[in-house]
Amino acid sequence: MREWADFSWQDGDGDSGRGAIALHGPMLVSSVGPLDERLRAIDRPISTIDLSDAGQIDTVGAWIVWRLAEQHGAEITGAGDQATRLLEVVQGAQSSADIRPQQLGMPMRALEDFGRFMVGLGHGTLRVIAFLGAIVLSFGGMIRHPRRIRGRAIVRQMELVGVASLPIVGLMSFLIGIVIAQQGAAQLSQFGAESLSVNLVGRLTLRELGVLMTAIMVAGRSGSAFAAQLGTMKLTEEIDAMRTIGVAPMEALIIPRILASVLMMPLLGFYASVIAILGGAVISDVTLGVPAVSFLLRIREVVPVYDLYIGLIKAPVFGLIIGLAGCYQGMQVEGNAEEVGLRTTQAVVQAIFMVIVLDAFFAVFFSNLGWN
Amino acid sequence: MGSDPGNIVPPADAEELGTERYDGKYPIVIDGLQNAFGDNVIHQDLALKVRRGEILGVVGGSGTGKSVLMRSIIGLQRPTGGTIEVFGRDITAAGPDEVIGVRNHWGVLFQGGALFSTLTVAENVEVPLKQFYPELSAELMHEIARYKVVLTGLPGEAASKYPSELSGGMKKRAGLARALALDPELLFLDEPTAGLDPIGAANFDKLIRDLTDTLGLTVFLITHDLDSLYAICDRVAVLADKQVIAVGTIPELLESDHPWIQEYFNGPRSRAARDSRDRAAELTVAEGDAAREQSAPAAALHGKITGA
Ligand SMILES: Nc1ncnc2c1ncn2[C@@H]1O[C@H](COP(=O)(O)OP(=O)(O)O)[C@@H](O)[C@H]1O
Ligand SMILES: [Mg+2]
Repeated sequence: MREWADFSWQDGDGDSGRGAIALHGPMLVSSVGPLDERLRAIDRPISTIDLSDAGQIDTVGAWIVWRLAEQHGAEITGAGDQATRLLEVVQGAQSSADIRPQQLGMPMRALEDFGRFMVGLGHGTLRVIAFLGAIVLSFGGMIRHPRRIRGRAIVRQMELVGVASLPIVGLMSFLIGIVIAQQGAAQLSQFGAESLSVNLVGRLTLRELGVLMTAIMVAGRSGSAFAAQLGTMKLTEEIDAMRTIGVAPMEALIIPRILASVLMMPLLGFYASVIAILGGAVISDVTLGVPAVSFLLRIREVVPVYDLYIGLIKAPVFGLIIGLAGCYQGMQVEGNAEEVGLRTTQAVVQAIFMVIVLDAFFAVFFSNLGWN
Repeated sequence: MGSDPGNIVPPADAEELGTERYDGKYPIVIDGLQNAFGDNVIHQDLALKVRRGEILGVVGGSGTGKSVLMRSIIGLQRPTGGTIEVFGRDITAAGPDEVIGVRNHWGVLFQGGALFSTLTVAENVEVPLKQFYPELSAELMHEIARYKVVLTGLPGEAASKYPSELSGGMKKRAGLARALALDPELLFLDEPTAGLDPIGAANFDKLIRDLTDTLGLTVFLITHDLDSLYAICDRVAVLADKQVIAVGTIPELLESDHPWIQEYFNGPRSRAARDSRDRAAELTVAEGDAAREQSAPAAALHGKITGA
């Protein structure tokens, strides 16, 4: 059992009403918790604090004694060698500094936060534009001096972004193909038009869903990885170290990642569409009684080739957005580990949000071109 | 505070210290210690006893396993053989989260400081307090955090700062404040003065010596800093050939004929450190006299404290 520190109170003589306190038991960090609260609650003046009955003492115990003496102008008696020494230590270490980070009152803080948010928005927009400009410049430089292109880094990133995500993108697309074919057929059968579910699967996946779902998957897999990697490298000063050696982080880290996502997105998107169509073919073979081969042959007849172009035009743009958001957020990390998490989340949220907004624009744009 | 690192298991018995096997003389007793990473044997049959109340310097070439030795003692690294007793308790028998009964009696300053980056310095100091003594009131914890920070030589205002706002030397001091949070008996320091400027390092050395004397600490100090060895260590343990090849005061070590020890203590840097120590000693003798003359009025000033 733990032995707690305790105290006894003795009323002082005379009419000053100042009492005397005697402390008992160990005055250690492990034993003074309750004692401290009871001593704080004393509202009568104290003239002396007696330590002759107290046991072991550490700086926390000494601090409590000293603070009490200070507060009441009391005298400390019966302090042993150790207690005297520690009392001097804590006396020397007193400070009135505020240990909380500076904060304003509530209404002011709300205003300040709002102001910071608006300024941050403005600066953020400017910084994104500057970041894009820096990328274009450094890309131009790399084209003029092809020796500066980092082939290995680019290939490595293409492997991570593209090849490594083939299984998960494939599985996801296959299931989506199944769902569209199945649900489409169920609804269309009300008009006796089940056979049109081929159109549904073929056009929807090539034109919209294949690329869109892939973009979301890549944003979650690779966009977040970009932000977390670059952010951690910033925290550990690896990026500063690269700069001092003369390696531009833009060329060594950012361009390869952005190039990889721009190049891999169309491939992944096309692959996803093909797998989704396969999924549709399989399910219609199994449940709708349309043989898979004739399902695939029908696709060729009902899907206009510009549906494929639309998908392939959108994909690299989405890739660029994902890469930009990931790298930009990663490079903004400053200070601490929590920031890496926040920035990673932002990279993914921003990328997906921008992809969906742009997808809507593309939809209107391409229908006005007459590709519908 | 999603990332509050203080949320582990509450301690089982935070107050009990030591067993009948601890005679109060040697807080750390290591015997037959073996550490290996795969085929790479770091320690082989290593033995070491740390005396109570001393500052034991631990030296050795880079990669000889000084940090691994410290990590084994504090239970972060499970040795492949041998025993380590801290306050008479066998550390090697318990997992890293189980050695809690002694954990509140030591403080550790890691090589990089290892402050929790999302907490202020004061909150860093409060983490071990909250973990082991949740019954302390928030007010008292704030007060403790503040005087500990000042005790390590930082200005009180530094307590409200985040680690990323501090310089390297200040981070070391803040790390020391956290290591001292529980008034430990044992202090582990892994290269505390590495990366500090000579003046900062000398001040830090003096701080550790003063704290050791006033608080009655036992210090396990890994260092490469010859100045620290000469200035503050009571004894020095030399790690080489996978073992502690010698332990003793520096004059004792100088008598050894082991080539590494000879080279280490008789190299040009070592001689310079010894000379500066001798010069400093002369100075402190003079200062000490002056201080003694002044101490009488100072005691009167502290007049509220009267001895038993
Ligand atoms: N986690 C680990 N895994 C493998 N080897 C390690 C690990 N930690 C340390 N080592 C090896 O142990 C040896 C001693 O390391 P360390 O104790 O850090 O040296 P130092 O004496 O410089 O502090 C080194 O050779 C290092 O390669
Ligand atoms: Mg080390």
